[in-house]
Amino acid sequence: MQRTTMDLWVGLFVITGIAALMVLSLKVGNLNVYNPSQSYVITGNFENIGGLKVRAPVKSAGVVVGRVTDIQFSTQTYDAVVTMSMDSRYLFPKDTFASILTSGLLGEQYIGLAAGGDGAMLKTGDKIMKTNSAMVLEEMIGRFLFDKAAEDDSF
Amino acid sequence: MLKHIVPGIQNVGHRVIESIWRLGRASRFFILVLLKSGTSLRRFNLVIRELYFTGVLSLIIIVVSGLFVGMVLGLQGYETLQKYGSESAVGTLVALSLVRELGPVVAALLFASRAGSAITAEIGLMKATEQLAAMGMMAVDPIARVVAPRFWAGVISMPFLAAMFSVMGVFGGYLVTVVFIGVDEGSYWSQMQSAVDFRFDILNGFIKSCFFGVAVTAIAVFEGYDAPPTAEGVSGATTRTVVTSSLAILGLDFILTAFMFRGVS
Repeated sequence: MQRTTMDLWVGLFVITGIAALMVLSLKVGNLNVYNPSQSYVITGNFENIGGLKVRAPVKSAGVVVGRVTDIQFSTQTYDAVVTMSMDSRYLFPKDTFASILTSGLLGEQYIGLAAGGDGAMLKTGDKIMKTNSAMVLEEMIGRFLFDKAAEDDSF
Repeated sequence: MLKHIVPGIQNVGHRVIESIWRLGRASRFFILVLLKSGTSLRRFNLVIRELYFTGVLSLIIIVVSGLFVGMVLGLQGYETLQKYGSESAVGTLVALSLVRELGPVVAALLFASRAGSAITAEIGLMKATEQLAAMGMMAVDPIARVVAPRFWAGVISMPFLAAMFSVMGVFGGYLVTVVFIGVDEGSYWSQMQSAVDFRFDILNGFIKSCFFGVAVTAIAVFEGYDAPPTAEGVSGATTRTVVTSSLAILGLDFILTAFMFRGVS
């Protein structure tokens, strides 16, 4: 085979390979250039995080506004400290309410933010004061049984 | 009684020592190839010639099997997921299984049987017909001239082939689930894009395929170079290349997966 024809084929091969990698990262993987300077980090203490995992989305009104970057257990307060990296395009008031929600019946858990009315905005290092734990099935059943027993006593 | 046991134990010992010797020879050969690959990188047209034979000519089998693997994944995934009413997640299933596992592994297995066996047979036959010895007589180092370009061509082409396999698989899944069955196109792509992470899934798949490329071509060139210079020896070496590199791919895959996805949910 001619040298130039071979070069042409190999060139095509390499270009197709790089194109395949680009398609994988852009079309399949949705590579968004995540610039750390364009985000701010806030924390929140939760009594119970249920099945929340690192890299879970932080949503407000259903729109992804950030990601969970770290989950730690605090021995001072004995609750979970969840660190969130927020998109700096979206600023939230200081009295924002954070709760752990589940998407769908069996879906993944995420943090839902409901904006408050404070004038001051959350910034890096701030802590969300108002949080709501994840629903735990056993606790719910326990509370239901407790209520039921209380009802029966009243008769 | 003892007369039968002693030769048996001797046989076991002989085999163990032999395989350790072989492993040592293979590692020394691998280091020798790396040390002498400077020439092939300087004379890059040698590598380009091998890239044509190992990479370009493997394209057809990679593309076609990627397409069919993706189509089967889409079909089977749809059948299972629609029982739970979540058939829109089929894109996630196809993309994650291809990018994380099937793309690198199946592409490497195909590459081992398509290109690895050819490399072994070529080098083995060159040795059997004393072409390598003749090169040595002419002060041309056969490792630098014959082995190293083939090694580097395999290492370069493997990640590209794995990426093409994954892309064709995702396209095959799209073809079956969206075009034929009628899953919503928007949810196919958007669920896929929200689930597949660049760093954790695509980059790790790429790293895997690089490892597989090194393993497959290193085994292929060593088996070829180490083959007994007979017709039988070359055929045995070709078989061993396919068997050993398939086992190496699957074993390496487990080790790499354990390192990459440990602790990542």
